[in-house]
Amino acid sequence: MIDADRSARERCERALDRAEALNPSLNAFNTLARERALERASAIDRDRDRWRGAPLAGVPVAVKDNICTRGLRTTASSRMLADYTPPYDATAIARLEQAGAIVIGKTNCDEFAMGSSNENSAFGPAKNPWALDRVTGGSSGGSAAAVAARIAPLALGSDTGGSVRQPAALCGVVGLKPTYGRVSRYGLIAFGSSLDQIGPLAATVREAAALLQAIAGADAADATSAPEPVPPYDAALTGDVRGTRIGVPRRLLEDGVDAEVSSAFFAALDALKSRGAVLVDIDLPHARFAIATYYLVSTAEASSNLARYDGVRYGFRAAPPPAAIGHQAPGGGAFTLHEMYAKTRAQGFGPEVKRRIVLGTYVLSAGYYDAYYRKAQQARTLILRDYEEAFGGAAAVEAIAMPTSPVPAFRIGERAADPVQMYLADVFTVSANLAGLPAISVPCGLTAPGTGPSAARSGLPIGLQLTGRRFDESTLLRIADAYERDFEWSTRQPTLA
Amino acid sequence: MAQPVSSIDVSAVAALANLDLDADELDLFAKQLRDVLEAVNTLAELDTAGVPPTAAILTHHPVDRPDERRPSLDRDAAVAAAPDASADAAYFRVPKVIG
Repeated sequence: MIDADRSARERCERALDRAEALNPSLNAFNTLARERALERASAIDRDRDRWRGAPLAGVPVAVKDNICTRGLRTTASSRMLADYTPPYDATAIARLEQAGAIVIGKTNCDEFAMGSSNENSAFGPAKNPWALDRVTGGSSGGSAAAVAARIAPLALGSDTGGSVRQPAALCGVVGLKPTYGRVSRYGLIAFGSSLDQIGPLAATVREAAALLQAIAGADAADATSAPEPVPPYDAALTGDVRGTRIGVPRRLLEDGVDAEVSSAFFAALDALKSRGAVLVDIDLPHARFAIATYYLVSTAEASSNLARYDGVRYGFRAAPPPAAIGHQAPGGGAFTLHEMYAKTRAQGFGPEVKRRIVLGTYVLSAGYYDAYYRKAQQARTLILRDYEEAFGGAAAVEAIAMPTSPVPAFRIGERAADPVQMYLADVFTVSANLAGLPAISVPCGLTAPGTGPSAARSGLPIGLQLTGRRFDESTLLRIADAYERDFEWSTRQPTLA
Repeated sequence: MAQPVSSIDVSAVAALANLDLDADELDLFAKQLRDVLEAVNTLAELDTAGVPPTAAILTHHPVDRPDERRPSLDRDAAVAAAPDASADAAYFRVPKVIG
């Protein structure tokens, strides 16, 4: 499909050359897999007949570094897994490769996908290709940067609270979080198991649809993957949104949204309206509780999921203090087992991961469980019901529109000191994860060229988010593609040396 | 909602999570967790009487599968990534537990 007149090897070499040239300034990749990629590419070129019908034959793909790739280092951007090489492929990777795609490297992300800026990576932040002093968003920041910089046409990310959509918005690319259960989580390093989904990033909606097609569908290795049939997503890309009902939760957008984001968002709605879509005012009365709910539920799940990193089966293990080394027992060292666990976790995890483990452990602990964790689970039910009412009630909308992020890309370091400020970056994205619904971010503008102090933030991408009914990715792709036809955003590229 | 947030004993929570935090981290996290918990206390406004909790969005009920032997990860491959595996017998090694 993409650049199909070139050989697979040529395409991969170009992608890898560009990655090598740009990575010193972007820090988008933790690992490049030149040899592995070129071997696969050559194999595809040698056997063209076998790969003729493969939808992604020879297409270079960048993969977030929290998705397991057999024989290729997978770090989750953590010191804990800095030298970890998985013995198996995630199902999404196996399916990509069956479709002919070629993994060119593993992309930078927030450590264990915990963050909204990529600043929590043990390998340093990825840089936004549109403004190198600004964040990519997170946690799939490297994947978004790789697509924005046209290193790879496609990338995989993972989205627990907005980690595909928010960096897609901040880097000016398309990002989609599928319905919970649409894509197998097998081989995705777990963060919040009831929220996590692997999703595609691409320059255009059509390419994102092709990548979703390759990875979607039931998988015996993931009991939460869904048996619902996977429709042909390209068939949805008709450009026709006449009569499509799009809900707009106006009350939610009254406060805290950057003026330029707001005007780009409403201009995008006008464009959809001129194509025949019907805008419907809706109310999501519990959406303002989504951030609180999300940070309680996700940290609780994370504290449990990350208990497995204890220095025994894989990853980092702390060394005993030097004075004791002479007394090491065979197979152990001078630590007790518990000291080894606690030191390994203290040295292997970065500050944000520790903060979330502590918060998650606290809200699950005796005496606080009902007040925090159970309360959040009840709030989750109310948030879910709001969406059911909007989709199934009198409003009967097929999608709900919001900005993806309330602000364009902020400066690296600007929010890092205050976790609460950072968490607010996710205000419009976390609900889709709590409700298990699909949501897409599509570029809908750039901040205006300014003068004086505001010149610093000119030309930064803005994203339109559409949230849909369960397993109805097709409608989201249809609306986003129709919108894309009227604008040149997907062809706009950052200027890079 | 619950008790005042100022009273979190971060070191006790860290011990539950097997995390050895230093004094600076204990101070910083005590402050930051207080901020986060104050921010999430907005949930206390919400009337959740009689609302069932949602633990997971299950789109279907997982079905049973036949209890049959299937191939799984090879033992050598499984221990290959361990920080301390016995070279001869494919075991994970840990510090001595029993005196």
